[in-house]
Formats: sequence, structure tokens, C-alpha cells
Amino acid sequence: MSTDTQVQAAAEIGRARVRKEDTRLVTGQTTWTDNIQLPGMLHMAFARSPHAHARITRVDLSAARSMPGVVAAFSGADFAGEQGSLPCAWPVTEDTVVPDHPPMATDEVRYVGEAVACVVARNRYEAADAAAAIDVDYEPLPPVLDMRAALADDSPKVHDAGNKCFEWSLVNGDADAAFRDAPVVIERNYRQQRLIPTAMEPRAVVCAPSGDEFTIWSATQIPHIVRTMLALVTGISEQELRVIAPDVGGGFGSKLQVTAEEVLTLLAARKLHKPVKWTESRSEGNMAVHHGRDQWQRIRIAAERDGKLRGVSVDLLADMGAYLMIVTPGVPLLGAFMYGGIYKMDAYSFRCTGVFTTKMPTDAYRGAGRPEATFAIERVMDELAAELGMDPMELRQRNWIKHEEFPYTTSAGLTYDSGNYEAATARALEMFGYEELRKEQERRRANADQVQLGIGISTYTEMCGLAPSRILGSLRYAAGGWEHASVRMLATGKVEVVTGVSAHGQGHETAWSQIVADALGVPFEDIRILHGDTLVSPKGMDTYGSRSLTVGGVAVRRACDKVVEKAKVIASAMLEAPPEEIEFSGGTFRARGGSGASTTIQEIAFSAFHAHDLPDGVEPSLDADATFDPENFSYPHGTHLCATEVDTETGRVTIRSYVAVDDAGVVVNPLILEGQVHGGIAQGIGQALFEDAVYDDEGNLLTTTMADYLVPSAADLPSLATDYTQTPATSNPLGVKGIGEAGTIASTPAVVNSIVDALRPMGIRDITMPCTPQRVWRAIQAARGGNTGSAADNGSAADNGGDAR
Amino acid sequence: MTRISVKIDGVSYTDDVEPRLLLVHYLRDVVGKTGTPIGCDTTNCGACTVHMDGMSVKSCSVLAVQADGSEITTIEGIANGEWHPLQSAFREEHALQCGYCTPGMIMAAADLLRENPDPSEQEVRDGLEGNLCRCTGYQNIVRAVRRAAQSSQAVRSSPATQAGATS
Repeated sequence: MSTDTQVQAAAEIGRARVRKEDTRLVTGQTTWTDNIQLPGMLHMAFARSPHAHARITRVDLSAARSMPGVVAAFSGADFAGEQGSLPCAWPVTEDTVVPDHPPMATDEVRYVGEAVACVVARNRYEAADAAAAIDVDYEPLPPVLDMRAALADDSPKVHDAGNKCFEWSLVNGDADAAFRDAPVVIERNYRQQRLIPTAMEPRAVVCAPSGDEFTIWSATQIPHIVRTMLALVTGISEQELRVIAPDVGGGFGSKLQVTAEEVLTLLAARKLHKPVKWTESRSEGNMAVHHGRDQWQRIRIAAERDGKLRGVSVDLLADMGAYLMIVTPGVPLLGAFMYGGIYKMDAYSFRCTGVFTTKMPTDAYRGAGRPEATFAIERVMDELAAELGMDPMELRQRNWIKHEEFPYTTSAGLTYDSGNYEAATARALEMFGYEELRKEQERRRANADQVQLGIGISTYTEMCGLAPSRILGSLRYAAGGWEHASVRMLATGKVEVVTGVSAHGQGHETAWSQIVADALGVPFEDIRILHGDTLVSPKGMDTYGSRSLTVGGVAVRRACDKVVEKAKVIASAMLEAPPEEIEFSGGTFRARGGSGASTTIQEIAFSAFHAHDLPDGVEPSLDADATFDPENFSYPHGTHLCATEVDTETGRVTIRSYVAVDDAGVVVNPLILEGQVHGGIAQGIGQALFEDAVYDDEGNLLTTTMADYLVPSAADLPSLATDYTQTPATSNPLGVKGIGEAGTIASTPAVVNSIVDALRPMGIRDITMPCTPQRVWRAIQAARGGNTGSAADNGSAADNGGDAR
Repeated sequence: MTRISVKIDGVSYTDDVEPRLLLVHYLRDVVGKTGTPIGCDTTNCGACTVHMDGMSVKSCSVLAVQADGSEITTIEGIANGEWHPLQSAFREEHALQCGYCTPGMIMAAADLLRENPDPSEQEVRDGLEGNLCRCTGYQNIVRAVRRAAQSSQAVRSSPATQAGATS
């Protein structure tokens, strides 16, 4: 074995390390927020609006207050002077309408589930009983439920300022010219249904007051942002607030939020001088945790007859819901640059209108804007291929950016730093058996089999690693995107690492340990990662947008490099050699040539601790801080292939095989990468086949439970075949790219493309998501000229897909 | 209030409880067994699965008074000196991410393996249909359950344990 191979074999980056986190998680030694019990702790429960839109005319708390164990009951009026307005950090235009958003409604409610009153009682049962005894009178107002109708002049208004929240557009190149005289123009309308993120841990908040100080535990992805925002909303000084995200049971964007319940738990604890806990039920959460997606997309694509793309043009309606939450209007902007996908074209135009309705606000859900964009471009590429009579993979290959063309500035204005679409696709096609499946498809078509076979392709990329503070600023996002890390060598040679990102299932304790082990040459086991507590980790921007590794992990690496730099100065004195002659490798500093004397980083840490003989000007202790703010986003990519069998008599869709080859640059831990891809694909399949947040004609959410909102189970999902290629990112020193959202972004169009591909010979060119057996069956019936009883929802027309199931 | 006596993870408890108190709230709020979490309120998610007299139950759909006189095992009591083979297999196969569904998933899987010591992939998928996970896509959970089945069989068929095996 050569020396090089030995070094590689010893490297931690790239090893499939099992996770440090798992020890507490598989043994039940966890600290979920709801596990926290404090002496004297009280429990809060809410009364929520049963109306989509109504004026509050009376709130009677007297019956609730007289119930056993009830300490206090509050209406919105009781918080009026102190509750402020929930923050929107991303008003995307100068004239974005940002309505007042009191955490507890005072005069008017605008969605079913909005908090109107609360009780605080001795235990959760007494609190629930008393909340049910709160009596509220409402004067119903007309609901606003369809965002297309909401823009009509005569529509009832959600807010006085009207139902249009903003209009945002982007044009690059001459879009008119691209479409004028184009030999082929395809136009399609797609519906991104409303989704409920459904982290397995429901939200929970505990607030403990101590004099003027407050400690808040919350099931959140963003303890740092929550701290700052709670200060801004309530007027409590930021230094008096400590926010802790203990073990957090998944987020997927739903816990990237500053919630009404966080504010109100804090205010109740302040009023009562006692610790207060609030834990939501799932049924409460489905109504009152922000939802995702909910867009109407019109996409046009212009091409030559040989398939070469000329341009793409997108017009989007995005449902904001009733209010703007932390990044509600920014979600469609995260997709605004991605409707060109991986393809070269001359012109790009995008326009989005944000619309208010009387529904739960939307906000980030895994992928946030990019799944929608990827769906539209990957779906329309299949439509274009069908129009041209070309294999959909061949059409993609003709148009995608070739690996030697990176870095490549796209028609939307982004610069993709690196990629190799050819390599990922070649591997995926090989694993999938593409040609054999196409032959089987031909046979089944020729035989008019009852069960038809479809093949769906998604060659995606996405922009993630949410950072470049300057770019985020130029898009009017209020905060930055940097990330912070501290690395401390302890006296005993062990290492403490503080990271500003806040894991909730991503395995940072393991992956960061691998990065540090390589950088400092210390054992993986000797490293402890601290996170998720603003007292322990005072600086950070938290975890979302697949940013933790590409920004936070790189900050950790940079802090390690600074530690090594300082250690080298100490080593130079210890080894009596000038710093430039000291080599560092595998945790050992060695003087080049001469004596060959050496010392370890642990010895230096002890020397820096006792500080008896440090060189002049060197401060005691061996530690360093680093803050990293990259100059570009991260662009993972990959090729997903899905084969489905569609029963033309029942409409049942069965995924027969699914192949995903992703490229997230340098892989730190293949086990974690694969897990992220699996889970991401499962959520994307969920959108394609099962999930739909349904409101009725009066604005009541019908899918309030897990029996109605269909999160896929093990029995609903296929076994996935995954692999990866590694094209290093050039935008950060680790060469890493984000992988947290990629599976979700890629998989939805792969699945729907495969269903449409199975049915295309019947003349079907779309099925509205979720592609339930009923919708598929109706589309087939309509294509066969049968009476489905609901032509408006047959899923086969271009402009189809009402919300009814 | 009703007096109940329940043995939980090998320890006997006697408490006066409201007849409406759910077993999962008794475990979490009264006994302090917070290793068992709650993921829904309609018995769909399975996060709160425990064993009651050896059979898996969703502890959100059992009243504490119904558990009177029974023996409960939670994720905190499933290890017997060493980790249960499922706990090890979940770690080895990366069958958890956030870990919130994991206690219920492991308890349900243990009951599945009791009924079917060597399930196929499809049998695992069908057997765990009542336990939802949002992170993993289930693929590694299926692998972990089958790995645990194999390691349990290895334990069962080893000479040291054959003499004492009863089933």
C-alpha cells in the first residue's frame, strides 16, 4: 500500500461513520422540548378560530377562568400592548404588502386555526378542558380561498390593502425574440398543491422566567433567529433571552419559523412569573403549522425543431395564506432562478404574484421554491420531447451544460460552479436498465396490457447552501447567510466545537467530528460538537436551505485551520525550528530536516493551557473562531429515474423501480448522504402520489389528522437504488455541496413524468398531483371518452386540477 | 381517581390516576418515562408504541387504568445489559435521523420479529405500516429490522443459548 493510500484510508472525510447522536436516540434518553418538566410549570392551551374569516365580537373567558386548576386565561386584548406583530424577514419588493400579524388575533381572524384566546392551567388536561370552555362570538366574513379569483376586482378582501401581496419579475435576454417565430412553443399549467410539512415531533415551547431573564426551549430549527426576533417582537432586550433547541424531531422547514405560540408562551410566563409549557397536538399542528407549496404555474418553453432550447417563460401565482411569516414571500424567489434547470438557452423570463387567501400562511417546506421550479421544467421537457417525437433523455442531453463548460452562467443569471451531468446520468441509466425498460414499455403498449409501464426522468440541479449575505441582501432578505464556529482544544487534548447551525436529525455531531478529526489530526471520539443553545453557541444562522455543511461545516474547517496556525507558532518554539520549517500532518508537528523532533497537537494544547513557556506575544489557550460567508450558492445535481406501473382499469400507480444518482460534491459521510437522499425522495413521492392539504368551500381544513393527510408509510414506498458521483464544489474549501433538499426537489417530477409517460399513448399529458387512483382513473376515462362525472377534475386537460379529490 | 399498579421496565408503580388519563401521559408525565414520545392524537403515527404484557400497543390509545396489573416495556427498558439487537441494528444501518419515531419503531419491530422472526422486506414494510417516519424513507429501517432478525437468529442458534430457549 502506498503512502498516499494509507493517508486516504485514515481520512475521516468520506468514511461511513455511524452516528454519535444515535446513542441517546435509540435508548430513549432524549430531551424533546415536551420532555422538560420544571418545578411549578404551568400548561397552556389555545382556543382557535373555527372560521376562515370573521370579526371577533366577544371573547368570554369567565367560564374558563372558573375551571379547576386554571391560573389565568387571556384573549388577544390582554396581549395587545406587548405582543407586537410576527415578523416577515423577506418583503421581496419595496411595495410588498406586509399586514399586521398579531400572535393572538384581536379584532379579526383570517384562517381556521388562528389563535383567539388561551388558558394557563396546572396540567395539560385541565388546560384542554378550560380551553374548550372559552366562548367566542364571531361575525362571519366572506372567505377568500382561490388565489386566482382573489385577484379579481370584486373579490372579498383578506386585508384592507387588497389580496395582491407583491409582484416580482426577472428577465434575462430577449424573451420576446426567443418565442417569436419559434418553431415549437409548449405551454403548460401546473398545480403545486398545498402540503403540510409534518415533522414527526409536534411543536412545543417551554419558557422559564428568572427575574427579567427568560430561557425558552423550543422545537425549532432556528434558535438564533428566534432569539433575535422574539426581542424585536416583544421589546424584551435580546441579552435577556436565551433560546435552546434541544433534541428536535425533524423540521423540513416547518420549524424555520418564529411562531405565535413562542411569543405567547413567553408573554404568559412573563405575566405569571412561572414556567409555562405549550405542546401542540397533531390536529392543532396540521391547521396552525405553516404549510408549503401552493402555487399555480404557467410555463412556456420555446425550441427549435431539433430540440435546441430558445427560452423559457414562467408566470406564477403563489398563495401566501392569510399573513406573511418569516420568509413567506421569499419562497417562490428561491425557485425564481431555477426554471431553466440544467439547460442552456438564450432567454429567461419569470414573473410571480403573491396572493393573500384566508388559509394558513405558507412558508418554507423542504426545497422551498426549488421543487416547484424543478417540477415545471422537468415536466415541460417531457412534453417538449413528446411534441418533437424525441426520447426525453436525448432532449435533455442536447441541451444540458456540458461538464467542460463549468463554471457556467445560466440564462437566469446564476453561475453554477461545477457539475457533471453526463457522469451522473450515465451511472443512473446503467443502474436503471433504461433501454430494457423502454423495450418492455413498447411490448406492453403493443399488447394493450391492462397495466402500462411508464418511465420518468428528472435531471435536476438546485441552488442551496443559503448564504451569500450580499446576494440575500440584494434580494431584500433582512438577515445574512454567514455561519460561525469555535474550536477549542481542552487541557487534556480533547476538542470542543461550537457550531452556529442547529441540527434536528442531520447528524452534524458526527459529520463535524469527521471534519475536525481530519483537520486537527485528533481521534473522532475525542471531539464533542455543541449546538442549539444561544448561551453555548452565541453566534449562528441555524439550519435550513441545505446550508449546514456548505456554510457551517466550512466555518468549522476554517476555525480548525486557525487552531493549527496558532499551534504551529507554539510548536516552533518547542521544537526550536522556525515556523516555516514545521510540518503538520496527522496531529503531529515535525521539524523538517535537522533533528526531526516532533510534538503532538495535544501536547501543544497542554502547553497552551499551562502557559509556562509560551513564546512572547502568544496568548494562552489553543482555540479559534471563524465566520464563513461564501460568495456563491451550492449547486448539487443528479439524475433520478422512476419506472411506474399504472393499472388502466383501477388507476392504481405502483413504483416498480427508482434510481437516484446524486452529486453533492465531496461526500463527508456516505451513510448520512444516503439517508438524506432516501428521506428526500420519500417526501417528493409523497407530493406526487399522496399528500394534499384540502380546504372545503368554507375554508375549513379537512386534512387535520394523519388519517386524512397521507404521509407515506413503509408499505407505500419502494426500495430505492441510490449512488453518487463526486464533482467537488469550487465555491468552498471542502468542495462540498448541500444534499438535504435534493431528493425532494428531484423526485416529484420523476414520478409524475413516469405516470404521464405510461398514459401518453391515450392522449393524456398531465395528471394533477397528488396522482391518486381516482384522478388517474378519471383521466383515463376522460381520454377514452367515458363519463367521469367530474370533467373539471379529470386531470387530463392542460388547465385542470381543482382542489377537490 | 382510580388506583392502578403497573410494572414498567421492571419497576413497580402504584398511583391514583384520573380514569381518562392516557397510558402515554401516565408514562411521560407521572412516571417520567419520556423516552416514549407522542407524534399524533389519532393513533396513526405509532411513535408512542410500547409493549403491554409482551404485545405492542400504541400507548396513546390505551388508558392508564386499562394497564392496571400489567407489565409495560418501553424503549428505556428494552435493553438487557447490552443494547437490544434492534437498537444496535438501527444505529449500524442509519435507520434514524431525527430519532423521534425511533422508540415506537423499535418497539413495533420487536413485536413484528416476535411474530415473524425472519420477515421478508415486504413483510417488514407491511408490518410497520402503523409507524410513520418522515426522515428516512423507511429503507434503512427495513434493512435494520432484517439485520436484527439475522443477528437474533444467530443468537438463538448458538449452542450457549439453545438450552435455555423456550420458543
